[in-house]
Amino acid sequence: MSGPLLKVEKLVKHYPLGDGIFNKDPKVVRAVEDVSFSVEAGETLCIVGESGCGKSTVARLLMRLVDPTGGRVLLEGTDIASLKKGELRDWRRRMQMVFQDPYSSLNPRLTAGQIITEPAGNFERLGRKKRETLAAELLKKVGLAPEIMHRLPSELSGGQRQRLGIARALSLKPSIIIADEAVSALDVSVQAQILNLLMDLQEETGIAFVFISHDLGVVEHIGHRVAVMYLGRIVELANCEALFAKPIHPYTEALIAAAPVPDPTYARLEVPVEGEVPSPVNPPSGCTFHPRCPLAVERCRIEVPPLVPAADGRLVACHVRATQ
Amino acid sequence: MLMRVSSEERIIENFREDKTIDNDVLLDVRDLETHFFGEESVTRALGGVSFQVKKGETLGVVGESGCGKSVTALSIMRLLPKMSAKTVGGEVCFHGRNLLDLPEREMRKIRGNKIAMIFQDPMTSLNPVYTVGRQIAEAVEIHSGASRSDALSKAAEMLRLVRIADPERRVNNYPYEMSGGMRQRVMIAMALACSPELLIADEPTTALDVTIQAQILRLIVDLKKRTGTAVMFITHDLGVVAETCQRVIVMYAGRIVEQATVTDLFSRPVHPYTKALMRSVPDRRRGKEHRLPEIPGIVPSLREPIVGCSFAQRCPFATEVCREKSPVLEEYGADHAVACWHAKEVVSA
Repeated sequence: MSGPLLKVEKLVKHYPLGDGIFNKDPKVVRAVEDVSFSVEAGETLCIVGESGCGKSTVARLLMRLVDPTGGRVLLEGTDIASLKKGELRDWRRRMQMVFQDPYSSLNPRLTAGQIITEPAGNFERLGRKKRETLAAELLKKVGLAPEIMHRLPSELSGGQRQRLGIARALSLKPSIIIADEAVSALDVSVQAQILNLLMDLQEETGIAFVFISHDLGVVEHIGHRVAVMYLGRIVELANCEALFAKPIHPYTEALIAAAPVPDPTYARLEVPVEGEVPSPVNPPSGCTFHPRCPLAVERCRIEVPPLVPAADGRLVACHVRATQ
Repeated sequence: MLMRVSSEERIIENFREDKTIDNDVLLDVRDLETHFFGEESVTRALGGVSFQVKKGETLGVVGESGCGKSVTALSIMRLLPKMSAKTVGGEVCFHGRNLLDLPEREMRKIRGNKIAMIFQDPMTSLNPVYTVGRQIAEAVEIHSGASRSDALSKAAEMLRLVRIADPERRVNNYPYEMSGGMRQRVMIAMALACSPELLIADEPTTALDVTIQAQILRLIVDLKKRTGTAVMFITHDLGVVAETCQRVIVMYAGRIVEQATVTDLFSRPVHPYTKALMRSVPDRRRGKEHRLPEIPGIVPSLREPIVGCSFAQRCPFATEVCREKSPVLEEYGADHAVACWHAKEVVSA
């Protein structure tokens, strides 16, 4: 296979808002606007942004849990977005998802063993013996004792449940896992365990991750490349080290400055941007960040800045900074 | 709403007459023990918690979920669910009187007036069917006896204080018409409307985005400076503690394991749990490590009484004594206390 494992081209998702028959001009939520990126095999691409920026919608589009309004999602060269249901089924094996909430994303009536072998059971007949071997193997992979397979999710801790979620995703040996805020609901000590597990799995199996998070510390730790989203668009896409060392887009800069630092000698309580994220129903004209941006000039109010390569090769969508 | 001013003033006078208390200490919590009663089991959510909040300071309470930080706040405010939870031991001294012994009528005059609280979720803690102005005004009317119109203009003034633009118009808004950050500002306005002496903030920025969180933290710190209100800041985020607090208590499994000034805690953590907690947060200044140091194991169940140190099962320093006897919070240097049998070894390790 040549080319990237996953390639996303000009992905767009609009949700219609209400449909009143008297409404001549139906409003839409512009959840995702013109998003393009690619993921190489064995790589971790992080998508970071605040609530409502469209990062979870991107995850759902990648898995085709929702159909895109426009654009293509190419997995190993095949456009997932245009496949029919029957054809899609086979492609689903190569792409799996881990969800945020380890409580509501596991069926409370199934045992741990049933939960994690269910995906494999959808594709091949699994006898009891085979199922148990597979369950034990998967549990071992995610650092759980095989005895756990007979327990119900309610008998397990949050960290153990999230390990089950990961084991379930691994069950079909996918080449890529989409993790949507997979560690956000966990306490930091457990979060560290899960991050280590994900990185170990990547090292062992060469699996790729699309890791969606709002936590910059986590993103910096686990990511190879990072896409920063704001109101449905990618505003900056760069190598992890480069992005955190020197953010170029003013929004990226603000995000990094806003994150509290666990060191009182460092603490400065900065308020890098005033105001709040505008509604995606009626986004600002031009660059959607311009009403909050300290650098905004006239052009930002009119023209949407394209995502263009900056000096070090990273992509930035900013009229002011991209050319500097 | 029919509370009379005179009775309220009398109570405050009673408080002022009590001269036996340390002038610096605003709230003195001693051996607080709170249990939750299930059908078959008792969860010992707080197993003897003691600390003080000094006048005008910001005290951080930090710990992971289930460590008892919110239960501490609810026990102080006496807002625990009546059917299932009960504070079974200890005292909460405020102006020399034990809040736990006050009749509910008198507690109501303190709650929202002398001690106010803001919660994590600004949507569910505001009443959706009243305008925000009315909700702020309600507290003012009850506690100061002001007229409806005076209270409403006070509400607008409070909204200006929390930097909501166009406050005269905003008082007529309903909570659903506001964003999350704005609703949290309203909560703060409501809490501060009666000039409380203590504000308990339970994860006030956890539900907010980082750029909004930065704005709200700044606001809380600024208002604290202006009003002199002491703040008890409950959070799971060590970064938030570092940026806002002067002193910190670290909780684990219903007990306080360490207490120190914020600079001391971060530069010289003593308890093995505090140390491990700090290391498990990804931190760019440590350089990129492949593996994050994790804390092995899980938090012990609070349904069984914990014998010995609650962290012993997960602690690399644990010995026989840790599993048998519970360590008490002891002074370890100036303004620093720790509950660990092996504090000296941990520090030198």
